[in-house]
Amino acid sequence: MVASRSSNSNPARIPALGIRVIVLLFVSIILMVLDHRQGYLGAVRQTIGVAVYPLQIVVDAPFRLWDWVRESTAERNTLQLELSRLQAERLLTNARLQRLSALEAENARFRDLLEARSQVRDEVRVAEIMAVDANPYRHNIVIDIGEREGAYDGQAIVDAVGVIGQVIETGLTNSQAMLISDPSHSLPVEVNRNGLRTIANGTGDFGRLDLPFITNNADIRTGDLLVTSGLGGAFPAGYPVAVIETVNRIPQEPFADVTATPIASLDQVREVMLIWPSSAERGGTEDTSND
Amino acid sequence: MTRRGESRRLLVVVTIILSLMLMVVPLPDWATPFRPDWVALTLIYWAMMLPRTWSIGSAWIIGIVLDVAQGTILGQHALALCFIIFVTVRFHLLVRVFPMQQLAATVFAFLAMYQFILFWINGVAGIEVPPVNYWGPVITGALFWPVVSMLLTGVRLRVQLNS
Repeated sequence: MVASRSSNSNPARIPALGIRVIVLLFVSIILMVLDHRQGYLGAVRQTIGVAVYPLQIVVDAPFRLWDWVRESTAERNTLQLELSRLQAERLLTNARLQRLSALEAENARFRDLLEARSQVRDEVRVAEIMAVDANPYRHNIVIDIGEREGAYDGQAIVDAVGVIGQVIETGLTNSQAMLISDPSHSLPVEVNRNGLRTIANGTGDFGRLDLPFITNNADIRTGDLLVTSGLGGAFPAGYPVAVIETVNRIPQEPFADVTATPIASLDQVREVMLIWPSSAERGGTEDTSND
Repeated sequence: MTRRGESRRLLVVVTIILSLMLMVVPLPDWATPFRPDWVALTLIYWAMMLPRTWSIGSAWIIGIVLDVAQGTILGQHALALCFIIFVTVRFHLLVRVFPMQQLAATVFAFLAMYQFILFWINGVAGIEVPPVNYWGPVITGALFWPVVSMLLTGVRLRVQLNS
């Protein structure tokens, strides 16, 4: 079975192995410091990313094909059911939208009265999550929109119901995004009911966020809706994030133990939306100084 | 080199690309931590059999590509792969005549070293990772080694790589 005696069985050493390995290890360490501590190597990543992209497409293709086949062979009555469900949903949404547009107009009038800058609607664009696994140590996803379409680092990503995460690395044609459930992700939020501001941290569990800085006497209770506060600058304000699940007040500790459940099903979505905040919000400081 | 040298090299490259693709194929959540480190297994094999062509330099480059594909710190996998391939090449004459079980045990040790380096770098960088992500790939990697090495031996013999 071991017929693997090759021309290499000549016991001569591979030349200069030791020196080369030391040089390469040293270069790796320098790269890691530059990448992790300074974040200088975006361009390098992007260049290599162009070579990696075809691999990801090939891996993603069968899953996409499967989706396509399933959709195109769906049965007639399933489709009809789906259609009637969607129609009902659209009716409801439209009704809600009517009220919203009235409210928006009213809001604009009030803002005019207050001479505050008016809010322009955010621009969104649908992106698809590619069926490729990214970083095994983190809650990352790969989406099929990149710098070419205008994605940028720190861009907010939502789905139909709530916030999903943010872009952390843009390639030319695809990007990596971090989910809000990643242990190193923090999101500035506020309680929708009373505007109480706080931070929601990821826990590494798709179904749980941690709110570490809620004081014991804070007005917060199970079922409260958390929305983005827009304070960090990355996320536009007002997008729903999570619902408070447990509030555990511990008398001897300064902060209560509060957890929340993300509204978006982070591990199931296939389509997400990227948000380009309206220019008025992005260039906030220069807009407000016109008095 | 001749035409044969070219086609031989191409074939090795194809196996490495396949292993890279296996690294990003989506698995169900419970199985993700147990994904064998296909790239490391493939590189160990080729470094063991053809240490003159497939040695630390190529391992380093592939490590960088893996870092980009997975979005880990640039250089993390490169360093770890480079190190275990160095060890593999250093001892290739000794280990490649081992019987299968003993070889699998050796590969287990190599993979453990590999994961330990990744673990170490994550620790320095302050990235928290559940421990199953470290021992999972080592165990499944060693279990899959016989399959990988048989497949790659098939590839190697087909083009008479050792002529």
